[in-house]
Amino acid sequence: MVESKSISARIGRIVIHTIVITLGLICLLPLWNIVATSFSSSEAVTANAVGLIPVNFTTETYKMIMEDAQFWRSFGISVQRVFLSLIINMVLIVLMAYPLSKSTRVFKGRNIYMNLLIFSMLFSGGMIPTYLVVKNLNLLNTIWSLVLPGAVQVFSVILIMNFFIGVPKSLEEAAIMDGANPLQILVKVFIPISLPALATVALFSIVGNWNDFFSGLIYMTKVSNYPLMTYIQSLSINIEEMLKSGANANSLENMMEVSNKNLNAAKIVVSIIPLLVIYPLLQKYFIHGIVVGSVKE
Amino acid sequence: MKVQTAKTASWTNAKTRKQEKKWNTANSVYHLMMLPGMIFLLIFSYIPMFGIIMAFQDYIPAKGMLGSEFVGLEHFIYMFQLPDIGQVFRNTMVIAFGKILLGTFGAIIFSILLNEIRLKFLKKSIQTVVYLPHFLSWVVLAAVVVNMFSLDGIVNQILSFFGLENLNFLGSNSLFQPLLIGTDVWKEFGFNSIVYLAAITAVDPGLHEAASIDGANWWKRVWHITLPSMLPIILLLAILSLPNILNAGFDQVYNLYTPMVYETGDILDTYVYRIGLLGREYSFGTAVGIFKSIIGMILIISANEMAKKYTDRKLF
Repeated sequence: MVESKSISARIGRIVIHTIVITLGLICLLPLWNIVATSFSSSEAVTANAVGLIPVNFTTETYKMIMEDAQFWRSFGISVQRVFLSLIINMVLIVLMAYPLSKSTRVFKGRNIYMNLLIFSMLFSGGMIPTYLVVKNLNLLNTIWSLVLPGAVQVFSVILIMNFFIGVPKSLEEAAIMDGANPLQILVKVFIPISLPALATVALFSIVGNWNDFFSGLIYMTKVSNYPLMTYIQSLSINIEEMLKSGANANSLENMMEVSNKNLNAAKIVVSIIPLLVIYPLLQKYFIHGIVVGSVKE
Repeated sequence: MKVQTAKTASWTNAKTRKQEKKWNTANSVYHLMMLPGMIFLLIFSYIPMFGIIMAFQDYIPAKGMLGSEFVGLEHFIYMFQLPDIGQVFRNTMVIAFGKILLGTFGAIIFSILLNEIRLKFLKKSIQTVVYLPHFLSWVVLAAVVVNMFSLDGIVNQILSFFGLENLNFLGSNSLFQPLLIGTDVWKEFGFNSIVYLAAITAVDPGLHEAASIDGANWWKRVWHITLPSMLPIILLLAILSLPNILNAGFDQVYNLYTPMVYETGDILDTYVYRIGLLGREYSFGTAVGIFKSIIGMILIISANEMAKKYTDRKLF
C-alpha cells in the first residue's frame, strides 16, 4: 500500500486492528467465561468471583455430569435425532433435487412439484395445526416427532437442484449411452461431483437438529424424552435473574438453582463440544454455501 | 394431445423414437423419486394448512375438526379488539426492524474493517471467533447473555466501576428490546459479514491504487470505491430481509424473557405459543398464526418482485 509510510495511516491501521481484535474478544470472552465458570467451585461462582480464569479449579461438575443419567439420555436422543434426520434429509434432498433439475421437456410435471415446494415455503399452517397433526399421528413422545416434520428441507432441495442444473450435460449423456438408468446416473454421476454442496446441506441439517429445542419442548411431554437442548433449556437458566428481581425470592428451589450455576455451565460446555468438533467443516462449507447458494441469478 | 403425438411420430426416425421411450421410462422414475418427499410434504406442510379451518371454528380437540362448531370470523374480530395484539405486533416489528437495520450496519462496518487486516493469521483467527456464535443455539447463548447482563453480571460490574447506576437489563421493559437487538447483532454480525467481505474482495485492486495515487485517503476510498461496490448486495439483502419483519426470533425471546418484560418482549410467535398452545386456545392461536402467515407471504412475494425489478436476482 502506498500510504502505509505516513504517520496518520499508521495510526489508522492501529485503530482498525484494535477495533477488530476487540470485536473478536467480545465474541469469544463471554463464551470463555462459561468455560471458566464450569471449572470453578460453586462458592466462587455464587460470589461472582469468576472472570476468565477458573477460581478454586475443580472438575467436580464434570464428574457430576458423568453420573447424570438424564443428561446422557438427552444427549443420546439428540445424537439419534441428528443421525436419523441426516439420513432422511439427505436421501430426500438428492431424490427430489435430481428430477427437479431436469427441464419440463424432459420431466413433465416438474413445475407442479416445484410450485408445491415453493408454496410450502411461502405459507404454513403455523405452530398449532402442525402440532395437532403430529399429535394425531401418535408421534408425541417419540423420536420421530423430532425427525419427520423436518424431513423435507425445501431450501436445501432447491440449493442442490441449482447445483445439479450446473452439472455438464455431457456427463449425463455419456452415462445414458452406457445404459445407466436415472437412479444409477444420480448415484454414480451427480452425487460424486456434488460432494461439497451436499456437505453444506448436510451440515445445515446437523446444526439445525442439534440446536433445536422447540420441537422437543412441544412434542415431548416427559422430561425423560427431551433432546439435549430442550433439557438444558429446562434447567431454568433465568432463575437467578428472577431471584434478583424479587420474584419468588424465598423459594428454596431457586436458591439451589443458583448454586448449580457451575454445573449448568459444564452441561452447556459439553453440549457444544460436538459443534466445536465439526467447526472446521462448518467454517469451510457454510461459507461456501452462503456465498454460492443463497440466491439465484 | 393425440394429434400431436401422431404428428411427432410421423417424422421421428427409429433412433429418436427409442430415445423418446427412454425419456418416458425416465419420466416415471422421476415421479417415483419425487414421491417419498412429496408424501412428507403433504403430511407435514399441506395437511396443517387445512388446519386453518380451526381459526373459523371453536375447535375442541375431542370433537375434532369435523365436529367443532363454526363461528366465522369471531376469533379474528376478537383478535383485533384485544389491546394485547397491537402491542405484540408493535414489539415484533420494532425488534425485527432493529435487528435488520443494526445487524446490516454492523456486518458492513465489520467487513470493511476486517478487509484492512493484512496479517493472514490474525484475520483467520478473528473470523473463526466471530463466526462461532452463529452456530450456537439460543439456549446456550441465553445462558451467556444472562450471565453477562444479570444484576451482578460483568456489564453491571463495569457500570459500577465507572460510578454509574446498575441496570436491570433482563427485567426492565425499556431495556429489554435494546438487549434483544444488541445480543442478536452480537450473534450474527460476524457471519453476516461473509457476504459483504466477498463483495469487497471482488473489487479490482487497481481502483484503490489509482485513487491512492490521486491522493484519496482511506475514508475517501471506502466512501467512493468500497461502499458503492457493495451497494448491489446491500440492496439485495435489504429487500430479502423484508419478510423477516414479522420474525423477531422466537428462540431468542423465549429463552430470555420473563413475565416482567412481556409488555415489550412478547412477539407474535411467543404469543401464539403461550396463548394458543400452552393455554389450549387452539382456534384463537391459529387465527393469530394465519394472520402472521398471510402477511408474511405477501411480504415474501413483494420482496421477490422487488428483487427481480431492482437487482436482476430472485428467491424463486
